[in-house]
Amino acid sequence: MSSSVLCLIETDGDAVIEASLRALSFAKSLARSSNARLIAAHVGEISGTTLATLGSFGVDDAYAITSTRLSSYAPVAWAQSLRQLLETCGATTLLAAGSDRGNEVMAHVGALSDQPMVANCFGATRVDDETVRLSRQRWAGSLIEDALLRASPSLMTVAFDGVSSERAEQPTTTHVSAFEPDLDESDLVTHVAQWTGRSAGISLADARVVVGGGRGVGSAEGFAALDELADLLGGAVGVSRAVTSLGWRPHNQQVGQTGTRIAPDLYLVSGISGATQHLAGCQSAKRVVAINTDPDAPIISRADYAVIGDLNVIIPALVAAIRERGSLTK
Amino acid sequence: MVGARIVVTPDGQEVDTKQLGFTVSPHEECAVEEAVRIVERVGGSVSVLTLGPSEASEQLRDAAALGATHLVHLKTDGREFDPIATSHAIVDAVQQLESDRGTYDLILFGNEAPDTGDYQVGIRVAHRLHRPCVAGIKNLEVSETSARARREFRGGDELFELELPCVLSVKEGINLPRYPSLPGRMRAKKAVIEEFEPSAHASAVVKEGLRVPRVTRERAEILGTGVDAVPALLALLEEIGVLS
Repeated sequence: MSSSVLCLIETDGDAVIEASLRALSFAKSLARSSNARLIAAHVGEISGTTLATLGSFGVDDAYAITSTRLSSYAPVAWAQSLRQLLETCGATTLLAAGSDRGNEVMAHVGALSDQPMVANCFGATRVDDETVRLSRQRWAGSLIEDALLRASPSLMTVAFDGVSSERAEQPTTTHVSAFEPDLDESDLVTHVAQWTGRSAGISLADARVVVGGGRGVGSAEGFAALDELADLLGGAVGVSRAVTSLGWRPHNQQVGQTGTRIAPDLYLVSGISGATQHLAGCQSAKRVVAINTDPDAPIISRADYAVIGDLNVIIPALVAAIRERGSLTK
Repeated sequence: MVGARIVVTPDGQEVDTKQLGFTVSPHEECAVEEAVRIVERVGGSVSVLTLGPSEASEQLRDAAALGATHLVHLKTDGREFDPIATSHAIVDAVQQLESDRGTYDLILFGNEAPDTGDYQVGIRVAHRLHRPCVAGIKNLEVSETSARARREFRGGDELFELELPCVLSVKEGINLPRYPSLPGRMRAKKAVIEEFEPSAHASAVVKEGLRVPRVTRERAEILGTGVDAVPALLALLEEIGVLS
């Protein structure tokens, strides 16, 4: 067994996105289990910065999938390109991040090749040429399934919450090649016709600090103090499903199983009791600090630190204290 | 389920559902609501289809209460259908239904199931029916012949333009589902359900077992109560390094 593991990576600007770094760490450990080469695939040119990152994650070879037909994102065309690349480089495993695009593209690969695709894996070892033993998340990580995947190629996406991004012990020199896929019109029927850039501010998924608010905030206006705190901490505001259902905040700020999964250094969460669907979206936060009136709320047992009390008093006091500190140090 | 823990059966093969109720999951509920809204705007009718054991007929009736008029149940004996088997069963039923009723302009799915989270049944169905497909849709405009579908991507917005018929999977947030009306619920009770018996396939993903992960955080360290805790909170933020 010395075949290869192929991993799709996504970039944002010049940087490999965190979800893809985690997928690479997963891919590296799977490759190690069968003495396989680790190959990365990227749609579009590979920049110097990206290449350096790939080397530090132990990637042996990288392919820049380039075609004039790939000027905008087209899921079927991406999937066809990966299928052709799989054949070219002789890989028996294809992985991608469990991101929106990763899951979508891999589902198309699975459909086109009529092979199973296992989403949200966090552990895998190769048993033989046709078999991978894997662990995957169900119920957004509240349940784990151990399974054998008997298929070639083995198609998997990597759970964001279950894997950390770890650089390889020994960095490699990554060899880059261009790969031009053979695509036709039918692969491009579904494509992004128009892209509107993100609005100003930090996106929830990338924020290093998230200030969370739930029904306990009490009203749409009540979020002003949370907005102010998020600003002071250079972070973003995230909310519970109840808050978006009440129309207090837009849906794209929802943290949870059906909203955004966050992975900040700090999740400062207030007025959220901690429904399972919400906890599923914040289990990757490094530190959770909860403010809640109820010391028995589920969120307290999932937090690292807690303050018991009314957020509508505590948050403004915290904002004032931070401002005062700022004026003292100046 | 506030902070609930999932219980696995003693043989480690299934989730113990004895103490659980079932409900339509959030993405799917939004898909039904979206279909009903489209029909209210441009005409037509909404069929709703589910695959599951006999109890799943209740969820079809929930969809009928929202405004779906044709209910289709792919009835299983409770065995798990993997995404490939599920998509085969749906395509078989859709093709049979379409030969009687004409082509569905739009087939909507929930983006992913909350339990298995496979992210792929809609896409597999689209390929087998040779129809275009986009996942993760949060905004949809439908005309007689086409659909403009939008979704979020890293804080921005992607627009796809598709001709009908097409397949879309939608996410919670595309709409806020209505609360079913009393007449709606009365109609739902009496609605006729068309049944199919799909055949299960052996899966190439062989489940060895299910387990509940260990919870890493057991109990928080209490920093204090009320505003008295603010100095400790400030010190903590400083220690974490989030204060500039």
